[in-house]
This record gives sequence, C-alpha cells and structure tokens, in this order.
Amino acid sequence: MNTAEDLLSEESRMIQSEKAATILYVDGVSVSFDGFRALNNLSFYVEPGELRAIIGPNGAGKTTMMDIITGKTRPDTGDVLFRSEVDLTKLDEADIANLGIGRKFQKPTVFESHTVFDNLLLACSGGRRVFSALFHRLSTAEKQRIEETLATIRLGDARETLAANLSHGQKQWLEIGMLLMQEPQLLLVDEPVAGMTDSETEQTAILLRNIAKTRSVVVVEHDMEFVRDLDCKVTVLHEGSVLAEGRLDSVQKDPRVIEVYLGR
Amino acid sequence: MTDYRQKYKMTPVLGWLLQDRGGMILLGILLAGSILIPIGNLLIPEGSAFHVPTWMLGLLGKYLCYALLALSVDLIWGFCGILSLGHGAFFALGGYAMGMYLMRQIGDRGVYGDPVLPDFMVFLNWKELPWYWYGFDHFSMAVIMAMLVPGLLAFVFGFLAFRSRVTGVYLSIITQAMTYALLLAFFRNDMGFGGNNGLTDFKDILGFDLQSDQTRCVLVVASAVMLALCYLVARGITQSRLGKVLIAIRDAESRVRFTGYRVEYYKLFVFTVSAVMAGIAGALYVPQIGIINPGEFAPAASIEVVIWVAVGGRGTLYGAVLGAFIVNYAKTFFTGVMPDFWLFFLGGLFVAVTLFLPKGVIGAVPAFGGTAGPGAQGNWRERLAAWRANQGGKA
Amino acid sequence: MRQDFSPPAPGRMPHHSFRRFFMPLFAIVALMLVALAPQQAHAFSDEQLRQNAEQLNAKSSTKKLDVIEKMAADGDPRVAPILEAMLGGDLYVSKADDKVVIGKKQGKVWQHIDVVSGAVTGESGSGDLDKIRINNRLRGALRDALATLNLFSPDLATRRAAVETVMDTRDPAMAPLLQRAIDRENDPELLARMELAKATMALAAGKTSQERLDAIDILASQTTPQIRAVLLQFVNAAEAENYDPKVVAAAKDAVASVEGRLKMWQTGGDVYRGISLGSVLLLAAVGLAITFGVMGVINMAHGEMIMIGAYTTYAVQQAFMVWWPAGIGWSLAVAVPMAFLVSGGVGVVVERLIIRFLYGRPLETLLATWGLSLFLQQAIRSIFGASNRQVVAPDFMSGAIEFSTGLVLTYNRLWIILFSLLVVGGIAIVLRYTAFGLQMRAVTQNRRMAGSVGIRTGYVDALTFGLGSGIAGIAGVALSQIDNVSPNLGQGYIIDSFMVVVFGGVGNLWGTVLGAFSLGIVNKFLEPVAGAVLAKIFVLVALILFIQKRPKGLFALKGRAVEA
Repeated sequence: MNTAEDLLSEESRMIQSEKAATILYVDGVSVSFDGFRALNNLSFYVEPGELRAIIGPNGAGKTTMMDIITGKTRPDTGDVLFRSEVDLTKLDEADIANLGIGRKFQKPTVFESHTVFDNLLLACSGGRRVFSALFHRLSTAEKQRIEETLATIRLGDARETLAANLSHGQKQWLEIGMLLMQEPQLLLVDEPVAGMTDSETEQTAILLRNIAKTRSVVVVEHDMEFVRDLDCKVTVLHEGSVLAEGRLDSVQKDPRVIEVYLGR
Repeated sequence: MTDYRQKYKMTPVLGWLLQDRGGMILLGILLAGSILIPIGNLLIPEGSAFHVPTWMLGLLGKYLCYALLALSVDLIWGFCGILSLGHGAFFALGGYAMGMYLMRQIGDRGVYGDPVLPDFMVFLNWKELPWYWYGFDHFSMAVIMAMLVPGLLAFVFGFLAFRSRVTGVYLSIITQAMTYALLLAFFRNDMGFGGNNGLTDFKDILGFDLQSDQTRCVLVVASAVMLALCYLVARGITQSRLGKVLIAIRDAESRVRFTGYRVEYYKLFVFTVSAVMAGIAGALYVPQIGIINPGEFAPAASIEVVIWVAVGGRGTLYGAVLGAFIVNYAKTFFTGVMPDFWLFFLGGLFVAVTLFLPKGVIGAVPAFGGTAGPGAQGNWRERLAAWRANQGGKA
Repeated sequence: MRQDFSPPAPGRMPHHSFRRFFMPLFAIVALMLVALAPQQAHAFSDEQLRQNAEQLNAKSSTKKLDVIEKMAADGDPRVAPILEAMLGGDLYVSKADDKVVIGKKQGKVWQHIDVVSGAVTGESGSGDLDKIRINNRLRGALRDALATLNLFSPDLATRRAAVETVMDTRDPAMAPLLQRAIDRENDPELLARMELAKATMALAAGKTSQERLDAIDILASQTTPQIRAVLLQFVNAAEAENYDPKVVAAAKDAVASVEGRLKMWQTGGDVYRGISLGSVLLLAAVGLAITFGVMGVINMAHGEMIMIGAYTTYAVQQAFMVWWPAGIGWSLAVAVPMAFLVSGGVGVVVERLIIRFLYGRPLETLLATWGLSLFLQQAIRSIFGASNRQVVAPDFMSGAIEFSTGLVLTYNRLWIILFSLLVVGGIAIVLRYTAFGLQMRAVTQNRRMAGSVGIRTGYVDALTFGLGSGIAGIAGVALSQIDNVSPNLGQGYIIDSFMVVVFGGVGNLWGTVLGAFSLGIVNKFLEPVAGAVLAKIFVLVALILFIQKRPKGLFALKGRAVEA
C-alpha cells in the first residue's frame, strides 16, 4: 500500500512525460515454465476508459498474461506499467489489487461460506489492515454502496443467500459485483460468460459496457457472439504474443487469424 | 439461513452473543460449573450423592484445559483452514513456563534441599541457575512467559511460513516437524528443563498447597473462567470482519489476495492468538496435573487435539470444547476399563469422523447445523463425483 | 571393537575379507608345521629350561622377576605354558621331591605336569603341593613376558595379537625380542606389521637423530589413529627435551600427513554413514513418493506399512523355523515379495475403504490415515505383543569390512544401500516402461481424460496406492535388519519420510533419491560436531526454513498445471 504510493510519487513525473497516458502498458513481456514459453515478447496497451477484448486459442497465454498483470506470476523479462507509472512486476497481488486492478477468475471464485452481502462487504474498498478489520463496524455509506451494487448485479433478493447456493451465472455476477466494490480503475475479466444462458450473456455484455463507461475493462473471452456484443477493440493472442489487433470485423478477416483459428 | 447476520450489524457486540445458541449454552454450563463444583467439593459432605470427589476435580480441570487447547485449534483450523499438527508445542511451552515457576516455588523442600536450584540441576551437578530461569520465582513472570513464548514462537514460525505461502498439508507437516524438533530438544538434559523427566514434584502455587481441595477448586474455576474468556475472544474475532476474511481465506485464499487483503498478516494474527490460548491452556494444565515433560511435544499428542475438534465439529468453537470433553472422557473410560481397546477406538474415531461426520457431532444436531462449517455437502458419491470433475478441470 | 592394523600400503584389501578366505588355509599350514617339524628352534635345552623353572620358586620376588625376564627373553615357545600356569596360580612345588610342577585339578586329586615335557608325572592331594606365590608386580611382568612370548606362538592369530600388544606398550626392552621375531616370521603381512612396531619402538628408543628420522620416515606413511598417537606423543617428548629441530620438524610433518589422511578417511566415513542413513531414509520415503508425490495422498499410516513389512519378515522367518529350518538363509528372499504383497494388499484395501472417499480433501485424508496408523499399531500389538521381535540376520549380512584407518563398513548397511538403489530402480522401470506406469501417469495428469480413453481410474488409484504401500513393506524387510521390530517401528520414520519427499520435490522420484541422500549426509556430517540429537534438530529446523524458501521442494514442477 505504502510502497505502491511511494512508487507512484517517485516515478510519476519522469515516466509520464515519455509515454502517452495509458492505464495498462505491457512491454516485451516473456515468461517460460520449464522450457515452455507461455508469453513471448508480448506488448500491448490499454487506454483509460477503454473496453478491450482479448481472444486467442487455448494456450495462447491469456491466463498467464492475467497472472502477470495481477502479480501472481513474475515475468522473466519485460515491463508492466499501470497508469504509465507503477511497475506492477515489483508488487504482489494485494498491492496490485489495492492500486485499483480487479481480477475476475475464469472459474467463478466467491466466498462460498459467506452470504452474498458479506461477499460484497469483504470486497468493499478500504479496511484491509488486520486490526481495522478486527474492529470494523459497518457504516451507512458502506451499506449504501453494497445495496447499490446488489441492484447493479441483480442479486438484491439473494443478499442473505450463501454464495455456495447461487447458480453458476449468479456467481459470475457476484464476482463482478465484488470487483465493482473494490472500485478498481482497471478490471480484468476472464471468460465472464462461460456457462451462462444466452440472455444472461447478453445482460453481462450490457453490464460490462456500462462499467467501461467509468473504468477500463479487459475481457478475455472465447465466445465470439459475446465479443461482438461488447463492440470494442479486439486483441488476438497467439503463442504468447499479439497476432492482430483492431475491430472484430477486420480482425476476423485477417488471414493469419483465420489460419490460427481454423487452419488446424 | 437465519437473519442474525443482518441483525448483528445493527447491534454489534451483544447481537452476536445472543444469537450464538451453542455459545450461550457453553457459557451457561461453565458458569454453573464454576459455582456448583466448589460447592460440591468443599461444602457438601463426602457420601452425599452431590459430593464432587477430589479425583473428579483433577479430571475436570484436565478436560477444561484440553477444551481450551481444542478451542485454539478450532480457531485456526475451523475458521482459517490452517491445520496445525504442532499445537501441542505451544501448550507444552505454556506448561513449561508455569512448571518453571512451580519448580522455583519448591525452594529448599526438594530432595537435595538446594534453596535455588531445582533437584534435577543439583543432580546434574549444575552450579547455578541458567539465565533463562531468572525471574521465574515470580508468578507474574510465569504468566507472561506462558503467553509470550508460545506467542512469539508462533509469530516467528508463522511469519516465515505464511510469508512464503506454505499452505495446506505442507504447513501441517512443518508444524509437525516443529513440535518434533522441540520434543527432541526438550529430551536433552543440557536444555535445563529436566530432560526426560520434565518438571514435577510441585508443592504449592502462590503459597497455596497444590494438594489441598481449596486450591484445586480454584484452579478448576480458573480454567473454566479462562475457557469462557477465550471463547468470547475467539467468538469476537470470528464474528468480526476479520473473522469473515479468515473464512474467506479458508475457502478461496487467492481470491482474498486479489481482493487486496494481505493474507499472511491475517493468518499470522490468528495463528499467534491461537498459540497464546494454547499456552494459557498449558499453564493451567500443569499445576493441576502436577507434571510437565517432553511427552507433551509428541506429534501424536498434537494430532489427537485435531480429532477432538473434528469430533465436536469444527468451525463452531463450542464444538471443539464438546469434542475435547467427549474424546477425553472416552479416553479416561477406555484406558481404565480396556486399555487395549483405546487405540482401536481412537483410530476408528479418526476414520469414522472424517468419513461420516465431516461436521462433527454438532453438525449432526439439526438445531446447530448450518454454521460456518466447511464440511462437504451431499453424500460421498456426490462429493467424489464433484471432486473428480474438479480434478479433470484443473489438469 | 576389534582393532585390526594393516601393513603400509594404504587402501589395500582389508583384513577381514583376507582372513575370511585365507584363515583356514593358514591355520592348516600352521598346524602342519607344528606337528611335523620341531624346526621352531628351542633356545633353551631341556635342562636349562628345567633349571630356570626351578628358580621360579626363589624366595624374593626380585629374583623371580629376573628369572621370568630371562626365560622370556629367548622366545622359547615352551616357556609360555609355564608362565601362564604361574600367572594363573597353577604352578606348584611338589613337597615330596621339591620339584616345580604345573598342578591340574582332576576330580579330587591334583595331577603333576612336568614343566619341560608337559607329561603327567604323578598325582597327589592338595596338601602335597605348595603354590608358588606371586604379587602384582610379578603378575605385570608375567603378562608382559607372555605377550612377547606370543610373538613366537605357532598360531598366527596369537602372534598377530602379540604384535599389537608390543605396539601398544612400546617397551624398549622388547626390541631385541621383536627383532628375533622378525627374523623368524614368514607371514608377509605380519612381518610388515612387525617392522612397523619396530619403528614405533625405535622412535621411542632411538638415540641418534638419524635413527629417529628413519623411524619417523616409516611411520609417516601410515594412516591409523594409533600411529598418530605415537607420533604426537613423540612430538611432545621431543619438544620437552629439545631434540634436534630437524627431528621435531620431521615428526610434526609426519603428524600432519597422517592427520591429513586420517581426516580424508574420516570424511569418507561420514559420507558413507550419510549414504547409509540416506538409503534408510530413501527406503522409508520412496513408497511415500508414490502415494504422496504421485497421487497427492497424505498417508500418515505409511510408517505402519513399513512396520507390517517388518512383521511379515518376522512371520516368514518363524515359518521357516518351523517347516524348513535348514533353508533359513532364504527367508529374506521370500520375505521381500511377501512383504510387498501383504503391505500392498493392506494398501489396496485401505484405498478402497477409506482413501477414495477423501480425494481432494488432503487434510481429512491426513487425519483418517493417522487414525488408521493407530489402528494398525494396536492390531499388530494385539497379535504379536508389545515387545520387540527378533529378526535374525542371514550370514551374508552379518559381519563387516574393517579398514585399518578405523572405518568399519558393516555388511547389513552395504546391502541396504544396494537394496535401496535396486528398489528405486525397479520403481523407475515400473513407472516408465510398464502399461500400469503409463496408466498411472495418465490418471494423475488428467483423470477425466484418462477415464474417457478407457482407463479404469478407480482401479489404477487402488493399485497405485497398493504399489506405494507395498514398497513401504519392502522397506520394512530391510529395516527389520537394523531396527527393532516393534509396533512403533513405523512412527520413527514418518516425519523423516515426509521431510525427504517434500525436500526432494513432490512428484519427482529423483528428487526423493537426492533428498534422502543429502539429508542423510548432512545429518552425519553434523553429528560429530553437534551430537546426534542436536544434529537431527538442526536438520529439522533447516528443513522447516528450506520449505519456507522453496515450498515445493528442490525439484519443483513449475507452471500453470501444478498451481491450479
């Protein structure tokens, strides 16, 4: 927390002049596991307030990329900058989360033994220190925010339900709701519509587009229909680096993309 | 689910207490026991049906200390998923701290009549008290050390382990290695803790004869009060936002990290608190049992504590207390009546509880079911199927 | 401990095996020599010998002492029985004829044995014999005299022992006698030993610097603790009495060179003991490397599988004693597969009855198997009793190779090292080259996929667990040779085994091998410094710290698959 703030103040002026204001700047990142190169000189950037979809076949490095941005994995080489100023490769998961990057996992992970309400309460920004958590009392403002989020993710009626008892789609939404409670500037969303019905998928696309009005969102997804619904810039990953970038229509016409998706 | 979670947010402290049916029953029993046991022992004459014999005082005192130890294990295992197989070490360290005080209290009444050195040091030809025995002639020192030493060990051990994200069975194995290393260390005469024989032959505590019924009654009541206090502390912790974070860590540790919590600090906090509780239990245990020796560090002893918690029902706190009483009563019973059968029973209990009673005895009682216990849902076939599916997904 | 010493050449074939194979041959030759030829020249004539013997009855002990030394000085083998009788209080003066005789009690009468011929010359009651009295001074002299006389004994082993005594006492007075013994000796090995003894004496007795330097020269090439002590003693004396600085320097150099070589042997010994301990750890841990490493099942009853293997060994041995006592040497060979089947069978049953319901819940598995371990211990205790059972070591496993440098390699440890490597090799082959190994790896890597290509995953689970348990049983056969076979046998190994597997890296057989041997070696290197218990504590603490640093062990798998 402190470290993050320090880094922010020290390096901010220096770097800001060099690079255009980006929310996420990934430059030349490589990482390998036991000889297998999961990411190979990966570079791309996301602008503030942008909604970005990342697609790619299995093993293209999508999840590894998320791991590196959120501090779960350290890259062998390369830089990852947040808001053009904070080097994320030096920080751990909690630091990065507190900086304002939220991550939704591929498999929905919520706190199953807690109620929906408590799940959101735990995600509520602030009060991350041990002793403030010990003596924490729910404030009206916090309650207010939780209620708002409950409305946004349409789980108002389920606020006292144990998260374990939610449907798959509801869990996905709850997780997105938890991300919102963290008030992140950047959301990384891994396959948010896996296992959702068509109408749920549609609503999720609307939800994400709404979120993107106030924050940057990166969505990793397989479902082409869903990506079309998102109506945003698309980055295609292949074998750990960027294969193509642009609107979905133009990307889909790219012969290399066709080769990767259909050629084999 | 009940709506108390909603309610208590309005009425923070008293709210969770009133909603805690099991806790209220436990506290009620402890209170009643604290009043009735001394009366039964001291005021009601022998021969009466309501007389509490002295041997029962010893037994109850022992059970209460074990219950507190079980409570401390439940706090970390039931609520944070940290399965410590070395909690006996904290218990024993607390016990040794108190034992050192009791040793110093013997004074020149030992076999060798040395006013300063305990008998075993005279026997080993030691000329003066080792530095770490200084100050243990004061009761307050013993009390502080009984909490500080286990707390400090837990803090350092936990700091190293949690910072490096040692979790699950790996953590269990190294906690076991920790208590095993301490076992070996305390067996050595050079350590200055009485080696194999440990510390024993205590005479009195704070000037009161340890053999007298009055002292014994006070110790039993002290144990009950301490258990009640620690229960309240543990309950307070688990009901706070911190407690929710702990449960969240137990269920989805990396999610908690990505939500911005420093998981290691949370674990460290609860692990240390738990170790201090275990130390208190040990300190109360020693004067009532009259001996502390390295056997308390044995890994097997620590694992046994875990089964007390499992039998009672983990993640409930009062379940741990219940489990400690059930299993230890069974132990007293079997070792008295058919000692050969005890290990069959205990071994069978481990297997049966994990297979058929994942939520323990408490979980089997509908009125108490559905608490924060992490036990798996559905029967074994469904669990197996769920797990298999899960495995496939991960690979 | 028996002490054996070798002639100069370091690293040659050690004594023990030498003796083992050639001793009988030598004994026969020696017997023949004694029986056929009186060529062992008698230094005394019969008459001289008798006269000397008569003088043993002198009044003063000083006179007796002189006679004893005179008799011993010539190395006549016939003197030894006389002096032995005197030492044992069996030398008498016959009152009837005032002759010295050896008295031997035969029933109620005493036989008189002639000191020269050794023939029985008469018998009498005890009243007719006067015992020749000896005091402590005489006893000492007699023992020394006998020791030197043994240098001329017809028996090689007696001579060898005598040389060692000479070496230990280094009495300058014995130098001439030793020289005579050297002249007569024809066993090359013993001859070399005698020369060495002569050098140690020369060092003590030497008068000129050259004599001393020569002696130092011979001794410096030796590598035994004894020679080091001799040289150190000499250095102290030399410094105290201001010998020639050249001599002092040479002696110091010699000490350093002996010391250096001894240290190497010491290190070698530590490595060997470490490997030996490592092989035991490996045997104990390798089954766990499969159940924990491959399946991810925490089997706290692993130690009990080892214990069951050890009891199977005991039971097989008992069966041999009843039905085929002559074939007892084969009992271990039968016990290995039996232990595998018994422990493995128990493993399969346990997997089907308990463990399969707990997959994916490692902490519960840990508790359930711990309960199982208590159950099994009590079961064995009820069947076999709580006391230790004796498993007899077969001939080929008893005994040891002993080096002159003090290093002892016991055969049972050597066999266990070999055996542990064989077991690991066998497992590696099973895992890599058999259909079962392939299925096993398939199931652990992707259960659902393996199931859908037709592998019966439950069956593979049970067999894998059975394999791990069976190997624990085999380990039990080996451990029964070096440890007490008791119901608690397994308890002693469980923590160590987990440490080895975790240290080496879970799911990696070679990591387990390396982990076991390095832990064993580190332990044995620490032991001389810190003592056995502290060494173990250090290793445990170091392991705890190591796991903090590398939670997944030495050879951790990396990447996404294992982190899920």
